[in-house]
Amino acid sequence: MATVDVDLPHVKEDDPHHHGPARGLGRWLYTTNHKDIGSMYLIFSLCMFMIGGIMALIIRAELFQPGLQLVEPNFFNQMTTMHGLIMVFGAVMPAFVGLANWMIPMQVGAPDMALPRMNNWSFWILPFAFLILLSSLFMPGGAPNFGWTFYAPLSTTYAPESVTFFIFGVHIMGASSIMGAINIIATILNMRAPGMTLLKMPLFVWTWLITAFLLIAVMPVLAGVVTMMLMDIHFGTSFFNAAGGGDPVLFQHVFWFFGHPEVYIMILPAFGIISEIIPTFARKRLFGYASMVYAVASIALLSFVVWAHHMFTVGMPLVGEVFFMFATMLIAVPTGVKVFNWVATMFRGSLTFETPMLFALAFVVLFTIGGFSGLMLAIAPADFQYHDTYFVVAHFHYVLVPGAIFSIMAATYYWLPKWTGHQLNETMGKIHFWLSFVGVNITFFPMHFVGLAGMPRRIPDYALQFADFNSMASVGAFIFGFSQLVFIYNVIQNVRVGEKATAQVWEGAQGLEWTLPSPAPYHTFSTPPEVK
Amino acid sequence: MTKALTLALSLLSAPAWADWQINMNKGVTALSREIFDLHMLIFWICVVIGVAVFGVMFYSIFKFRKSKGAVSEHWHENTTVEVVWTVIPSIILIAMAIPATATLMDMYDTSEADVEIQVTGYQWKWRYQYLDEDIDYFSNLATPREEITNEASKNPNYLLEVDNPLVIPANKKVRFLITANDVIHSWWVPHFAVKKDAIPGFINESWVKVEEPGVYRGQCTELCGKDHGFMPVVVEVKSESDYQQWVSDQRAMKLAMAGEASKEFSMDELVAKGEGVYNTACAGCHQPNGQGIPGAFPAITGSTIATGAIDAHVDIIVNGKPGTAMQAFKEQLSAVDIAAVVTYQRNALGNSVGDLVQPNTIQN
Repeated sequence: MATVDVDLPHVKEDDPHHHGPARGLGRWLYTTNHKDIGSMYLIFSLCMFMIGGIMALIIRAELFQPGLQLVEPNFFNQMTTMHGLIMVFGAVMPAFVGLANWMIPMQVGAPDMALPRMNNWSFWILPFAFLILLSSLFMPGGAPNFGWTFYAPLSTTYAPESVTFFIFGVHIMGASSIMGAINIIATILNMRAPGMTLLKMPLFVWTWLITAFLLIAVMPVLAGVVTMMLMDIHFGTSFFNAAGGGDPVLFQHVFWFFGHPEVYIMILPAFGIISEIIPTFARKRLFGYASMVYAVASIALLSFVVWAHHMFTVGMPLVGEVFFMFATMLIAVPTGVKVFNWVATMFRGSLTFETPMLFALAFVVLFTIGGFSGLMLAIAPADFQYHDTYFVVAHFHYVLVPGAIFSIMAATYYWLPKWTGHQLNETMGKIHFWLSFVGVNITFFPMHFVGLAGMPRRIPDYALQFADFNSMASVGAFIFGFSQLVFIYNVIQNVRVGEKATAQVWEGAQGLEWTLPSPAPYHTFSTPPEVK
Repeated sequence: MTKALTLALSLLSAPAWADWQINMNKGVTALSREIFDLHMLIFWICVVIGVAVFGVMFYSIFKFRKSKGAVSEHWHENTTVEVVWTVIPSIILIAMAIPATATLMDMYDTSEADVEIQVTGYQWKWRYQYLDEDIDYFSNLATPREEITNEASKNPNYLLEVDNPLVIPANKKVRFLITANDVIHSWWVPHFAVKKDAIPGFINESWVKVEEPGVYRGQCTELCGKDHGFMPVVVEVKSESDYQQWVSDQRAMKLAMAGEASKEFSMDELVAKGEGVYNTACAGCHQPNGQGIPGAFPAITGSTIATGAIDAHVDIIVNGKPGTAMQAFKEQLSAVDIAAVVTYQRNALGNSVGDLVQPNTIQN
């Protein structure tokens, strides 16, 4: 990112003619303010993170020892399914949208999002989508139990009746995501401050711009695949029913054509966040800004041609296997570039280790470990041994928990003083970090071992040889889960009290948001700043 | 390093060495060893890259601290370096993908097989049909329910044991034709490095040539419903002569069973036999006490079918109910088993209809 020199006509934005938020519940129901909507997205995401987390702890409690102790296999399957759906669509994606809402207008010098009323709507349909999804837990036959990947025909002919509610919920989530993405693209392309050319945009803005295009490209595909399921279940079609001339493998192709870009949707904004935080605490400009942008763009493009690496064992033709193996390995190149650039940014910098930086550093190391196991999974012949084992579970939890979720926590700690006007309580932040770091590794590292030793995923009970590492993982999961209470405490305390934060907040921070006072006024950049 | 770690762990807990397995099984076929070597190769490549990247990172973290007086420099790009670290990984990856492609081609070469076996996944059991012999049977989990519910101590093969294992000859190329009857399953034996999805409407191929006789255990690896965790794969590899003996034993058994189907059984005999059949074939869904799972699987106790006309009862077991999880059991159970389980369901589990059905009427 180019150095941003800002020429503000008047920095003081809290003039009396700027009205503040409305009072009472109406403020939240009718708000079109990007900061209010951003806060609601983040709070919603935190609630979903807790609900999905409780489900994870039910899973880990059952897997603490061999044998069935706490739950029935059918309920166990409901837990794995709902945990995945809630974490992906309820926790990670809305958290990134919330951060985008808060930060993108402030980072590009815009007064608000381009389409504020749609912004309100795209948030407010989300709670209903998840109420519908969660209510299926109380329906006869139980909640969806076919895994978050909902492979047909287990999710069609053999599904519980609640699958129809699941389909409706997914449609609403998809509509919300598409509207959010349209809004972000419209804001970034139209509302940048004068002088902020595309290649001067902060990387968080860049990664979100690319993510938004991915969302628009693939959320309709998800909507399509669930609609085909709906037709199969209720209207007598046979898209995925072999007995009617359909093709169960078609489901997987369509699902993963959505699903693979989806996993980048959950990691590209994280790349942006890390690319903001590391330069701040290294007090050195991001190394290779342009190559970072190109790397993100090439990862996004490649994500459309690698989907079948999730399907190496379905019996694809040999050429298919070879193509998807090579294409998948190519993704390691731009991903490697990003990691090298972060390390080069730190090299010969002047580093300090505040809480956001700790989470960012943990992200770089642990995400890279997840990347390594991803590279191993790309080797098609070896994937026949890894596929659908705990090795895969370890892999995607390494990129999603200390990857996406650590980046969200890093971002929260990084921008929280800007939102609340209070400096962080570093001690509490560091306690949260170290508990999370230790917990996450105790939970997910042993999963590599049991996976390689032959433990399949999505089983409620397992052979005795897997017992020790499973107990270990369960202990880690409880440490990680409960340490998030520290996170909630930290955030609530920071909203309530704390030392007054300066506008700059962090010594090395660069960018338009740090030119605004802390807390950022309800309306910012009503007059656009000039970026030189 | 792996070996050292394994050794260290085995010293820590010597009696439970197998419990701390941290790496992939090398397996017992040429192909599985080839795959293991690929796995180790990519693993070590990752380790080397990891040591280099994390090395520089941790060096920076310790060396360039502000608290140690480090002052940041101003450079922020270097085209040469950036080209180098784009090109070198690309070369490593291509170098890695070439041997992987060769292995893939071996895996896909299912030609010239000596024995051909069709493997069909059912919820939640496997069916093995020997295409050249008249052998066809189902393979169910054999772990007693008490072990799963923690009322009995677990045996060493807990959840990895079946009533009828797949039997194959050593040193012969065995080709598997893998499909499914209901939902997608996946047939996996880690020691063979054979994992292939069993998909309704598709026939996938895979093959194995095992050098040494032995028993090898695996599991279903594609979520296939409630008892996905309870459908193991057990393969018994026999020497050529033992295998031939087994084939002729199977033929003799089949004749004996045909004879039994024409016998008359008493109510007590049928109920006693039916209980065993029920627990293997029915209890997974309808539950051991016959109460079913509301909303998912109907109860047997008091059901209109199990207390109604006996012909309809036999029919739903023989032909199943299309579009539901109720399978057609005519392929899975012998006439004796079907007669027994129908009689059991009507006169146990809280039902007391009082009638029975003989195997010879099922056959017609």
